[in-house]
Amino acid sequence: MSIYLDTNSVVLVQGITGREGLYHANRMRAYGTKVAGGVTPGKGGQSVDDFPVFDTVREAKSATRATTSIIFVPPPFAADAILESADAGIGLIVCITEGIPIHDMLKAVAALPKGVRLIGPNCPGLVSPGQSLVGIMPGHVFSSGEVGMVSRSGTLTYEIVDQLTRAGIGQSTCIGIGGDPIIGTVFTDTLRAFERDERTTCVVLVGEIGGSDEEDAAALIARGEFSKPVVAFIGGRSAPEGKRMGHAGAIVSGSSGTAQAKVDAFMKLGVPVAESPAQIPDLVRSVLAQPARR
Amino acid sequence: MRLLEYQGKELFARAGIPVPPGRVAATVDEAVEIMRANPAPSVVKAQVLIGGRGKAGGIKFCSNADDVREPAQAILGMRIANAQNPDGEVTKRIWIEQRLDIAKEMYLSITVDRASKRPIVIASAIGGMDIEEVAHKNPEAIVKQTIDPSTGYWPYIGRRIAKEAGMPPAVLSQFSSILGKLYDLFFSSGAMLLEINPLAITKDGKLVASDAKVEIDDNGLGRHPEFEAWKTTVEDDPLKARAVAAGLGENNYVGLSGNVGIIGNGAGLVMATLDAVTASGGTPANFLDVGGGAKADLMRDAVNIVTANPNVRSVFINIFGGITRGDEVAKGLVAALDGGAWSKDKLVIRLTGTNEREGRAVLHEHGIAAVETMAEGAKLAVALAGT
Repeated sequence: MSIYLDTNSVVLVQGITGREGLYHANRMRAYGTKVAGGVTPGKGGQSVDDFPVFDTVREAKSATRATTSIIFVPPPFAADAILESADAGIGLIVCITEGIPIHDMLKAVAALPKGVRLIGPNCPGLVSPGQSLVGIMPGHVFSSGEVGMVSRSGTLTYEIVDQLTRAGIGQSTCIGIGGDPIIGTVFTDTLRAFERDERTTCVVLVGEIGGSDEEDAAALIARGEFSKPVVAFIGGRSAPEGKRMGHAGAIVSGSSGTAQAKVDAFMKLGVPVAESPAQIPDLVRSVLAQPARR
Repeated sequence: MRLLEYQGKELFARAGIPVPPGRVAATVDEAVEIMRANPAPSVVKAQVLIGGRGKAGGIKFCSNADDVREPAQAILGMRIANAQNPDGEVTKRIWIEQRLDIAKEMYLSITVDRASKRPIVIASAIGGMDIEEVAHKNPEAIVKQTIDPSTGYWPYIGRRIAKEAGMPPAVLSQFSSILGKLYDLFFSSGAMLLEINPLAITKDGKLVASDAKVEIDDNGLGRHPEFEAWKTTVEDDPLKARAVAAGLGENNYVGLSGNVGIIGNGAGLVMATLDAVTASGGTPANFLDVGGGAKADLMRDAVNIVTANPNVRSVFINIFGGITRGDEVAKGLVAALDGGAWSKDKLVIRLTGTNEREGRAVLHEHGIAAVETMAEGAKLAVALAGT
């Protein structure tokens, strides 16, 4: 199958009357995603490109039975939009917005009810190829298959997926978890979900400098809580200490968050770490050809 | 945004956290004036963001209006550098504060813990040196405690931390009160980091913030106009300023010390490009992420910004065409580069993704080297930088 997102997902777009929101609402609909409408406070009752617009997520949800929301609202209002969706009973919230104040995210994450899945912020969204796409990813590079993918980056993900697709390797679900320091869904969450997904046979994990999310993923694998083969890639091997490399969360602070520590954490477990993105399709083929580890 | 020590101490003082009395000076005359008004054993400290000012001679002592001249003269205008940043930073201001009679130096900070998604307090009875060094030599001397923002800070948390960190029992209540004020300040200022190192115990038993390291979240600055006035004093990289003026974010341009200029779309892809250049034996001159859906104008600005760096000998542009088609990217690049001052012979472009063949054909027509893989592009760019 897939994780988090499938053909039953019904999607609301928060900020649908904005330029980005409407553009991507149309792109998602063209991909085949069930986009039921959107929310812009004060513009309820209108419709844009045949999408009904609601004032509140609560109204939108009761009218459309939406399960999922995607957020394109500006940074100062994005944390509020996340909690509005959670309050309305939306189970999957994808926040695309980049530049949300970190204190807003500290508070929003602490207030998020259990059972609500937040992806992002500052992420490209997710796609279960052939089923549904909720995000800003170029849909045509993905192909349906059995490899799960999770990444802190956007473009690099598209590039790697493009190579997988050309090599005839399809994907079950691809998730961009986001480049901010505080994000809702981390690598370990996605690995647990991929473990339960019968269709997924292998996971490509694309990490980068900053934080310890990759090390936590390696620890999960070491504990035996993820048993499928993994291929990793870590960006930022050459990044200097103390500089934010594009993503707010991509920073080496002192000796923490270095690419080397992350590479080592995976290598120690025998998880292959690609030196360059171009090696990934071959590494995926070789781990899939090996007998299961347990 | 990082604050200079004197700005951080002003912020602390406003929050009720004890700091030594002091004043900031930008000229020797101002320094003399400060010491004339308050002749007392004092410390003259270079106000720079770079680490290692003490080793570089940026901290000196004085006690009156006469003997402040020499240290003030020496430190103002001093270029302070370290191993990570050999270019260093020129000292534009000094902070003159009364010397503390210190009995013990400890450590206290609050920052964002990514793993728990909460604020985290880090404390140690050992301070005055890099906390990483303490963590390395004496890991059991450091106490780390996350705080759930929904329950907030209570004084017992501070007392427990102080006790577990091995601080003298006589300062428990003082410590707990300072930590409470620091916790409130963390939220009210939108800080990423508040660090007091050393947190001094004076001989008469008072806790004082002897240094202040503060980093404010750039994304929260819109809500904190009070920091606007302090912005001009932070590190000024003219190329970064140009990138911001061209519409890019603060993190999209990072100046580095090598000679291969790098431009790409998407932070992860640009990081991978830097890594590929480094793996080919080259040294990146910068990180520049033009972001998603870059238009021809932005591509031109990006090339102009990167090539304005006198160290740059070649430029590697690495673009993935996702929603945008490769032939359109190529046409945009050609339009951006035609008539530019930069020689096309020193430019390598790797274009991949949608309509990549058509895109490469357009580039070849205009005499721009287009390569197929990142590794190939990195090698070529490194070779061009060496010739």
